[in-house]
Order: sequence, then structure tokens, then C-alpha cells
Amino acid sequence: MADNREFFYRRLHSLLGVIPIGLFLMQHLTVNFFSTYGPEAFNNAAGFMENLPLRLGLEIFVIYLPLLFHAIYGVFIAFTAEPNTIRYGFFRNWMFLVQRITGILTLIFIAWHVWETRLANAIYGTEINFDLMASILSDPIMFWFYIIGVVSAVFHFANGLWSFFVTWGLTISPKSQLVMTYITIAIFAVFTYMGISSLIAFAS
Amino acid sequence: MAEATKTKTIKFIITRQDSPDSQSYEEEFEIPYRKNMNVISALMEIRRNPVNAKGEETAPVNWEMGCLEEVCGACSMVINGKPRQSCTALIDQLEQPVRLEPMNTFPVVRDLEVDRRRMFDSLKKVKAWTPIDGTHDLGPGERMAESRRQWAYELSKCMTCGVCLEACPNVNSNANFIGPAALSQVRLHNATPNGSLHKAERMAAVTGDGGLQNCGNSQNCVQSCPKGIPLTTSIAALNREATVQSFKSFFGSDHNQ
Repeated sequence: MADNREFFYRRLHSLLGVIPIGLFLMQHLTVNFFSTYGPEAFNNAAGFMENLPLRLGLEIFVIYLPLLFHAIYGVFIAFTAEPNTIRYGFFRNWMFLVQRITGILTLIFIAWHVWETRLANAIYGTEINFDLMASILSDPIMFWFYIIGVVSAVFHFANGLWSFFVTWGLTISPKSQLVMTYITIAIFAVFTYMGISSLIAFAS
Repeated sequence: MAEATKTKTIKFIITRQDSPDSQSYEEEFEIPYRKNMNVISALMEIRRNPVNAKGEETAPVNWEMGCLEEVCGACSMVINGKPRQSCTALIDQLEQPVRLEPMNTFPVVRDLEVDRRRMFDSLKKVKAWTPIDGTHDLGPGERMAESRRQWAYELSKCMTCGVCLEACPNVNSNANFIGPAALSQVRLHNATPNGSLHKAERMAAVTGDGGLQNCGNSQNCVQSCPKGIPLTTSIAALNREATVQSFKSFFGSDHNQ
């Protein structure tokens, strides 16, 4: 086991992408969806998350550390591939390529998003509420940046979940993998809808 | 009729390379058409009369071949953008000009001939064989259910041709991934009664450096395999085996077969 770090790192990368990062993403988009019910509903929902006990510990172990590992190792994985979708235009090969592109886009988006919300709060004491998001998203460039970021993140999660099921040997047969393709498409559709509606609610 | 076939020709654009380290270049050929030609008989025609499309004398095109019936894998090359065996690539079914390129994932020896040594090294690395020799008679092997034998036979059709490695985006000069072919052979040998005695050793090798974990699920291999081997099913099955094995070795007792 000691001389076999690669297998461990790869499996850890796959696991962390779903647990906890994927779970956090779904929770985050669910809380954000309260923005469609109005500013007060959103502020209450976000306030509930903000006041969770041991918040900093949760943030460090559920978000920051897993995300850092997943991101850094993921960039390494993405850049060791040599995409060949022009010659092999199969569906899964496109998913392979888009998974790597959305991974990089999501990393850029999250870095910016964490800077302007969580880090701004920690450094400058910026209050995180409906108005903060409304002012960020009133700029059309930022609005589209957020749209691209959210769609990338949700795609990366949904397609990554499909890979997770193969990587851990849960879906082996082509049939089970196909069913999982449909399930992950549904997950992508639901959370993309939730993410985009939240952004529209903040912006309008 | 004889007049018509005489004037009919086949155009080729061949990617050539004079030595392992030299630059590749394209050369065009135009050869007379005959009925029922395959890419190999066309290459033989070029060898018989090595003159390119401009009418210049040139070195004959080099390629590798063996069985001529798609079971040895030696004559694999990229034909019109698709890696496949040139023996079963029939001229009548190919769009012209026919483009021939070497499988670039492997080091090019000369012209269309590549060095597939890494595949054979991988088979050794993952112990893709079943040891049956001993210092004494080990007796007959255990019987296998017929249905299982038929299933295993499909996996045994692998001819180490290299098409799956050529198609895989994760097999390249940046990575040392052993590729789908050797992984599927591990599944085959693990699945037979005698081979299963050495399953733990193979699993250790296959989860080692450059192993199973490098698969990125692009699934080009299963789409490209000329023998229709269920490569991605083999990879997912090994993934499950590796999951079970790693849980056993972490939480289990001191002996985990």
C-alpha cells in the first residue's frame, strides 16, 4: 500500500467529489433557491446555515480541505489527458472532455466566488445576504460569469457522479451505466434549473 | 471491361517516417485498382513498384503484418482516421483517398510500423497468465461451467493489437497508464478456476503504478475494439474487485485472498 499512492489518491479524489463536495453543492443550491421565495426567505435560510454550530470546523472539513485536494489533483488529472474527440466523437468521450473543461471553469468560478463572499466576510466583514448577491449580479458580466460557473459546477458534479459509480464498481454492466446516464442527466437538469432560477431571482 | 479496370486507380495518402527520431511527412501514391483488394495488398503493390503519385521513385512503404485474418493484431494502423487492422480493411469499403497513418500512441519504428512493446510489458506487469507448471504433476484443472467458458472466450480474443490504447485519451506520453487491453486480461485470468488462485497478486499489480485507477471513462476503447471485447465492463468489474480488496485489506484480517 505504501508504494501505491496513485490508487489511493485517485479513489480519494473520486470519493471527495461526491462526499462531501457533491452533497455540499446540492445543499448550497437548495438554500440559494430560497431566493426565489423573496429576500427574507433567503436571508432566513442562509442565516440558518450561518449559525450552524461548529461552523468553521464544518467549513474546513466538509468544504475547504476536500475541495482543495479535489481541485489540485483534478487539475493534474485534467492536464495529463490528451483529448481526441475530433477523431473519436463518441458521447462518453465528449463527456470525458467536458468533465475536464467544466472542472477548470468551476475552479476559476469557485475561487472568485469564495473570494467575493466568504473571504470578503472574513477580511472586511462584508455581510452575506440577499443584497450582496443582488449587487454582484446586477452587473451583466458577473451575471453571465455566475451562470457559466453554476452550470459548469452542476455538470461536473452530475457527470462526476456517473464516473463515481463506475470507479467504485457500482455500475458494471453497460445497461446499468446507461440507466445511470439518464439519472445523472436528470440530476443535472434539476440543479441547473434551481441554480439559474436563484441567480435570476437575485438579479431581478 | 478490361479497359475500364485498367484505368481505374486507388489514391493513397500515407504518413511516412524514415527512422524513429526523424520527422514524419506525407506521401501520395496512386496504384492500379484490382478487385477485392485490401490495404495490405495495396501496400504490396506499392512495394512491387515504389513510385509515388508524382512519378518519383521512392523507398517502399514499411508496415508490419502476420496472420492476414485479423487474429494477430500486427498490421494495425490508422486508416481514414480509424485505428484498425489493415488486413480486413477492404479497399471497396474505404473512402478515397485512403489515408494511412501509424498508431502514434506507440513509438514509430518506420512508416506504418510501430513498437507495441509497452503492451507486452504491461501484460507481464499485471501477470496476465495462469501458472500451470510445477516440479510435480499438478493434475487436471478444475472444470468450468460451459456458459462461463463461452463468456471467458470472448475476453480471450484480445490480440494485443493496440487499437484500444491508440483510442484512449489517457494513454499518452504524459502518463504511464497500461491501457484497457491488459486490464481485461487480468479479469479473464482472475475468472478461470486455475487463474483465480493468483487473483490477489494480479489485483496488487493492477492497482499499482499506471494501473486501473488511470481510466478516465471516455469509453473509446470499447467502441474501437475490433474484437468487440467488453473492455469497459472489464474495467468496472475490476474496479469493484479493487474496492472490495482495499476494504478487506484495511478493515479485514491478516490474510485476505
